[in-house]
Amino acid sequence: MGILEVKGVNKRFGGLQALGNVNLSIQENTVHAIIGPNGAGKSTLLNVLVGKLIPDTGSVMFDGQSVLGRKPHEINQMGISRVFQTPEIFGDLNVMENVLIPCFAKRDGSFRMHAFESVPNEKDLIEKAEQMLIDVKMIDKRKMHAASMSRGDKRRLEMAMCLVQEPRLLLLDEPTAGMARADTNNTIDLLKEIKAKRDITMAIIEHDMHVVFSLAERITVLAQGTPLVEDSPENIKGHPKVQEAYLGQAHG
Amino acid sequence: MLGLDKRDTKFLWIVIFLTLATPVLLQPFPEGSALAQFNAGYPDLMQRFAIFGIFAIGFNILFGLTGYLSFGHAAFLGIGSYSVVWMYKLLDYNVIWGLPLAVIMSGIFALGIGYISLRRSGIYFSILTLAFAQMSFALAYSVLTPLTNGETGLQVYTSDKQILMGATEPNSPHFFGIVMRDNFWQPNIGGWQFTFNNGYYFCAIIAIIAFYISMRIFRSPFGMMLRAVKSNQQRMSYTGLSPRPYTLAAFVISGMYAGLAGGLLASMDPLAGAERMQWTASGEVVLMTILGGAGTLLGPVLGAGFIKYFENIFSKINDNVLHGWFSFLPDGLEDFVVAVIHPFVGKGWHLTLGLLFMAVVIFLPGGLVELGQRIGRLFSRKAAEDETTADVKPAE
Ligand SMILES: Nc1ncnc2c1ncn2[C@@H]1O[C@H](COP(=O)(O)OP(=O)(O)O)[C@@H](O)[C@H]1O
Ligand SMILES: [Mg+2]
Repeated sequence: MGILEVKGVNKRFGGLQALGNVNLSIQENTVHAIIGPNGAGKSTLLNVLVGKLIPDTGSVMFDGQSVLGRKPHEINQMGISRVFQTPEIFGDLNVMENVLIPCFAKRDGSFRMHAFESVPNEKDLIEKAEQMLIDVKMIDKRKMHAASMSRGDKRRLEMAMCLVQEPRLLLLDEPTAGMARADTNNTIDLLKEIKAKRDITMAIIEHDMHVVFSLAERITVLAQGTPLVEDSPENIKGHPKVQEAYLGQAHG
Repeated sequence: MLGLDKRDTKFLWIVIFLTLATPVLLQPFPEGSALAQFNAGYPDLMQRFAIFGIFAIGFNILFGLTGYLSFGHAAFLGIGSYSVVWMYKLLDYNVIWGLPLAVIMSGIFALGIGYISLRRSGIYFSILTLAFAQMSFALAYSVLTPLTNGETGLQVYTSDKQILMGATEPNSPHFFGIVMRDNFWQPNIGGWQFTFNNGYYFCAIIAIIAFYISMRIFRSPFGMMLRAVKSNQQRMSYTGLSPRPYTLAAFVISGMYAGLAGGLLASMDPLAGAERMQWTASGEVVLMTILGGAGTLLGPVLGAGFIKYFENIFSKINDNVLHGWFSFLPDGLEDFVVAVIHPFVGKGWHLTLGLLFMAVVIFLPGGLVELGQRIGRLFSRKAAEDETTADVKPAE
């Protein structure tokens, strides 16, 4: 039994079968990559996992509990955090506040007023957020207005916001898209570091094969909404079906 | 001090000073001078500054922080007024009974109206709040006449029980014997006439407390969450927090502020009418907040003061006054100038205010506060240029 079990999930958008009978099992404490051409349904699958979309049929179990029918914030509180394909951050707030909010969310679990406390008094949370910003090398940008940062920085910030919650399952939707090579390598190192430090399961959607083969322990290839193969990175590299459906296309 | 950092404490002291000194500051022109027209230091107007300041401060907690634009906050203003007048009728003229009730009642109504309206956002939220306010207005105006006295408005009659009324008790709103409409000091200093009024100081002290509370909310984790709601609700959900309870809490708090303001209106003048709930009154607080600077601490207060000043001072400038000012011009020219200015003053004050509002929205999206900041920066740059040795720190 994996920490995440997806069984027979179907999702239609009008006439388009975005997900067709998806079965996927992600083992605890592994990095599982999901690859596939554009429009294969990768983001749609993540949307189902975080409660943004409800599938037409099928089941999604996280750690033995169904996530279907739960609200996104409840699913997050179960231990699933997500980095989006286009960064979702609090643009009007500064970098530090962006990281503090997930800290509050994780500590409080649900709505708390805190109307007469002051943010600077939350020493523990501030320390935690600062440490996270040091880890992602953004501490010097802590007072910066989040919306005014580069796209690469926004992605790193979003990753920090997810990681600071210490999720059990981290979903990453093309985390290095639009990043310079150096930033991409930093991201790989950061994810490896996190992985080495504590127990975490990651599902990563990625186009950059360098990232995929540096991190992934298992790879699922998705094409036209259906998993084609699932195997170890070594086997995926040589798989004829994969070459044809995805790698061949991506490289030429 | 008081849970604020150094900068905020200083800011609060300045606000306290300005509020308490208002009867002097708004009376810059000596009595009888041509410009005495523009003096605003009389009790009735100053009370309005403080009361509508409270209304706008509360509105800003909802609109400025969460971005939810309510078009129905006047409903709570009305509920506050009715609550206070009912306490006059049932108990006595001491405002100590009515004001807490005004806050509680408007809070309860805000909870119900907010719970339903906040199921939608954007324009649909605004329309829902408007619909609720217009319904409240209709109820107060006709359906609930036994409670509101309909068109006439709710007031105290000699036949009312007033069961707590003492034999020597004042026969108008008071706070433990301090009669609101009385002045405690009216010095005439070298041609300047100042009026220190009980009612104004009562409102002023409550306004300072209201301002302090809003300051604490702005700086609190709760305030940060409200700004997060405005910035990105989707991210908030995927971070594990539902935005709804935060927006509802902000809605209820701002409703209670509105109720308090309505209660204070009835504390200055023991009347409550349905027109206080009309959509124009709801729109006015929106204008105040945007004009002053939504999302800033002081902006709504400035906006409220500005609009109330216009309403009361500009509206009094009639053709006679204008002829007085321009009498030095040749006759034909005088008439011409008066004719040109005429549409913008007196009954035309709305026109001037409308033009000003447009100018602010187009050129100063941050409102009057932004204007102040720009002027401040201009001066600090000049000062920095003059004093080359000065260590210039970048503005935060
Ligand atoms: N909300 C939606 N409504 C309609 N069609 C959608 C929606 N989301 C995705 N799709 C379609 O579903 C297919 C899969 O999209 P997506 O999951 O984003 O692919 P990718 O693998 O590139 O992330 C695409 O053809 C896309 O156009
Ligand atoms: Mg995608």
